[in-house]
Amino acid sequence: MNPEGLRYIDEYRNSALVVHLSHQIRRISTKPVNLMEVCGGHTYAIYKNGLKDFLPDTIRLLSGPGCPVCVSSQKFVDHAIELGKLNGVILTTYGDLIRVPGSISSLEKEKAGGADIRMVYSVLDALEIAKQNRNKQVVFLGIGFETTAPASAAAILQAAKEKVRNFFLLSAHKVMPPALEALAKGDTRIDGFIAPGHVSAITGYGIYQKLSKDYHRGVVISGFEPVDILQSVLMLVKQIEAGHYKVENEYTRVVKADGNPKALAVMNKVFTQSDTEWRGLGIVPKSGLAVSSEFESYDANLKFDVPVHDSHPPKGCICGDILTGRKSPSDCKLFFSQCTPVNPIGACMVSSEGACSVFYRFKA
Amino acid sequence: MCLGVPARVLRIEGSEATVAIGSVEYKSSLLLLNNVEVGDYILLHAGFAIEKIDPEEAEVTTRLFNEISNIEPE
Ligand code: SF4
Repeated sequence: MNPEGLRYIDEYRNSALVVHLSHQIRRISTKPVNLMEVCGGHTYAIYKNGLKDFLPDTIRLLSGPGCPVCVSSQKFVDHAIELGKLNGVILTTYGDLIRVPGSISSLEKEKAGGADIRMVYSVLDALEIAKQNRNKQVVFLGIGFETTAPASAAAILQAAKEKVRNFFLLSAHKVMPPALEALAKGDTRIDGFIAPGHVSAITGYGIYQKLSKDYHRGVVISGFEPVDILQSVLMLVKQIEAGHYKVENEYTRVVKADGNPKALAVMNKVFTQSDTEWRGLGIVPKSGLAVSSEFESYDANLKFDVPVHDSHPPKGCICGDILTGRKSPSDCKLFFSQCTPVNPIGACMVSSEGACSVFYRFKA
Repeated sequence: MCLGVPARVLRIEGSEATVAIGSVEYKSSLLLLNNVEVGDYILLHAGFAIEKIDPEEAEVTTRLFNEISNIEPE
């Protein structure tokens, strides 16, 4: 390998292997199957590398609900916008969220209008901002799944330890298993799931047992490089052709059976499960993570009383149907003509991992 | 934002590590991962090390891949 190369990345981009795996898949695939890549990171990798060209017509890949920005509800964005209007509040957020259109505004527009909204790379940067601005209230907009929820939890524990009293979390954090179960019960037949590699690194395999045992769906935990994804598709096709559904792990270099116990403990200490709203899936019972009563003084939901109304997705936007595998971006009348990454109408066009944005970038 | 990238641990100070992706250095919190040592590869995700990369497992996979590509040249 070239010494400038990136270890644990370059070897999984080997084009000879990609071709070999493609042959293998073509050789064994006879049944038409729908496979869902749950994670937006997988969607991105599939289109960036043109992996659909390496698959036979029998295999259809559907994008799933694993893009944090995309599944965050309109109501959450509206709630954040209201918080940003309060005097003395600094809003902090991961980058993509800032561009998601709310009902009448977006965080980006509010920022241009003078609201103090700052993008951070890590939730610990938000905590740092709180420490440096003790006379302000700093709210972090917590989005994402079992990957980013432990990070938000760690920040709250750190705030408690350092007695930082002006740091708050508005949690839209979500957990994957209830959403996957809702999809398995849904009206689109999904034969197998390419399961999210980094969520699984935290949770381990256990969370997928129900999908294979009760719902008879294939599950393969996958890494994010081209070789990982095609290897995972091959493993799923083998399961489905044989009619033996199980949970397998392609991403063994990162994902352990029990996940990351420390991250899980931190997450479970700070959060309790709650019902939450997903764009596309609606309210999914016990799929959300709310700040537990022990840490309620860090809960932006309780601390700030702002008006939050029910809100509706933008007219004509089918982002919700795309996130559940029912439709594809090309089915949307607004795609490309009116909705573009520069002028996004829906959340799926905003995030770099959103199906519409990925389609736009690599296909259109 | 769900991107996780393999990064090599260069230095550790308390609960924070300096890690490298190629030749670029980043900070990584160690609050979510135990037993990290200098020289380890970790998966860096939104500023946190969320898991170690297991060199043996990676080796097994790459070896398998290499065998496959030797048996069956394009
Ligand atoms: S193209 Fe835009 S409007 Fe259409 S579904 Fe995607 S995000 Fe919504």
